[in-house]
Amino acid sequence: MINYLKLAVLGVVTLFAAIAANYARDLAYMVHAIIIMIVAGGLFLWTLRNTDEPGKKLVVETGYMDEVVRYGVIATAFWGVVGFLAGTFIAFQLAFPALNFDWAEGYANFGRLRPLHTSAVIFAFGGNALIATSFYIVQRTSATRLFGGNAAWFVFWGYNLFIILAATGYLLGATQSKEYAEPEWYVDWWLTIVWVVYLIVFLGTIFKRKEKHIYVANWFFLSFIVTVAMLHVVNNLSIPVSIWGSKSVQLFSGVQDAMTQWWYGHNAVGFFLTAGFLGMMYYFIPKQAERPVYSYKLSIIHFWALIFLYIWAGPHHLHYTALPDWASTLGMVFSIILWMPSWGGMINGLMTLSGAWDKLRTDPVIRMMVISVGFYGMSTFEGPMMSIRAVNSLSHYTDWTIGHVHSGALGWNGMITFGALYFLVPKLWNKERLYSLTLVSWHFWLATIGIILYAASMWVTGIMEGLMWREVDANGFLVNSFADTVGAKFPMYVARGLGGVMFLTGAIIMCYNLWMTVAKAPAKAEATAAVPAE
Amino acid sequence: MDMYTITRIFADSWMLAFLFGFFVAAILWVFRPGSSKEYRNTAESIFRHEDRPATDHEEART
Repeated sequence: MINYLKLAVLGVVTLFAAIAANYARDLAYMVHAIIIMIVAGGLFLWTLRNTDEPGKKLVVETGYMDEVVRYGVIATAFWGVVGFLAGTFIAFQLAFPALNFDWAEGYANFGRLRPLHTSAVIFAFGGNALIATSFYIVQRTSATRLFGGNAAWFVFWGYNLFIILAATGYLLGATQSKEYAEPEWYVDWWLTIVWVVYLIVFLGTIFKRKEKHIYVANWFFLSFIVTVAMLHVVNNLSIPVSIWGSKSVQLFSGVQDAMTQWWYGHNAVGFFLTAGFLGMMYYFIPKQAERPVYSYKLSIIHFWALIFLYIWAGPHHLHYTALPDWASTLGMVFSIILWMPSWGGMINGLMTLSGAWDKLRTDPVIRMMVISVGFYGMSTFEGPMMSIRAVNSLSHYTDWTIGHVHSGALGWNGMITFGALYFLVPKLWNKERLYSLTLVSWHFWLATIGIILYAASMWVTGIMEGLMWREVDANGFLVNSFADTVGAKFPMYVARGLGGVMFLTGAIIMCYNLWMTVAKAPAKAEATAAVPAE
Repeated sequence: MDMYTITRIFADSWMLAFLFGFFVAAILWVFRPGSSKEYRNTAESIFRHEDRPATDHEEART
């Protein structure tokens, strides 16, 4: 019966998308309408073929729902390589402007590829990692199967459709020009639907849990899902110019719009890239170290302090703007207080290894997780420092900011995700071990040296740039033109690009290693002995 | 009074007191008597049910 309803909805969507493609006012909208038409039409045929088919029995699944996690792991690895490749390419575009090819002007120049890179690494790589690991972790720590049956599949495919729409939109120029929130109105609406279903699946699983307490990782994941929903809806309040076009107009204007944007932007860092990934940390580090988290009490204080403080830190992005001083001071103060819970969490992650430090020598996966927590500590020290108004006057608009973001994103988010992938793949494909620990070591060192090259070159070029901009001669005239600073940055740009090449190479080695683990590593010996009654 | 002033006064007084009180209460709650034992159990929950969910007969809610 439900299939008839699905067919009706998919049929209407296909028809509407076809009409939309016909009336489209801009290229991005037309391409999106065609993508939606093909997807909905294909799903229509697929549903039709499976409707009223005899011989299909309803099987009641009892185990964990791991197939969707497997798909999520593959998508994470794939989008990771795509995002790192785009980032490395645009890094060289900055060093060698000739790479903004004439024939690709308007599609593959820096301005179009830059949001493609940021969204690919944050939302495609990071988002798929978060969805996959949260589904894996919430089932294990609740001792129950995912709630909602195929809704988890809708979340996975729906989210990846969002990514496809966002990425193609950027290349074709559909953007509402809000950093990290570039997709236009209909893509935002679609993500809202997917996200609400994600929340229902996650909360439903927690509701039917068989463990008494909700493990702390789930608290972090839940705060990530709820807060991102709130941020996404408020920051994307806009009115479409036409239902047949991608352009929309923001509801807020001026400094209110800027404040909303950075309230969103900084909490995307705080709840997408921090809270969600801390959920990973609190599960995978204790699992890989085979010992419980150092202090569970500290982890709860970490949680409450983090979510109470982070939400206020956004205004530090708007020092020396039309934003009132009290607001930017508030943001600065909260950013500095935030240092404490961040380091509390870092200490909690690192000290989980106390008594098992020898594993750092023998297990490159745990080495990866530990260095990610190290980078978390480093960037959560650097961030509060940069939020201080006086420091910000030097660092803002320079490459120091870009270096800071990447030490967090490559070091903390990237490394913990790699660690999680190395942990998950043997488990999910029922293998005894990874294909090669030597390759993990190679990945570890390539990635680490790559990040250091990146961060160090951006520190040098950022501070140099900041000092050159503010340098005045004896008569009070500025000494350097903007182009002087661009010229002076060239060697550091090349060093940064090389760091990116190393990080990308490491990720490709990881993909090979994971592929070979699935294809070649010995299967886990089945426990044939009777399971002792519990 | 206009909306801005009303919400500002509310935010600076009652809401601030509520949020701060909630925060302090959450931290005090963590140190309630008997919490250590319960948290030890919870921290070790990640080592249970690795491969399959808890069955209905099982006393998982411990």
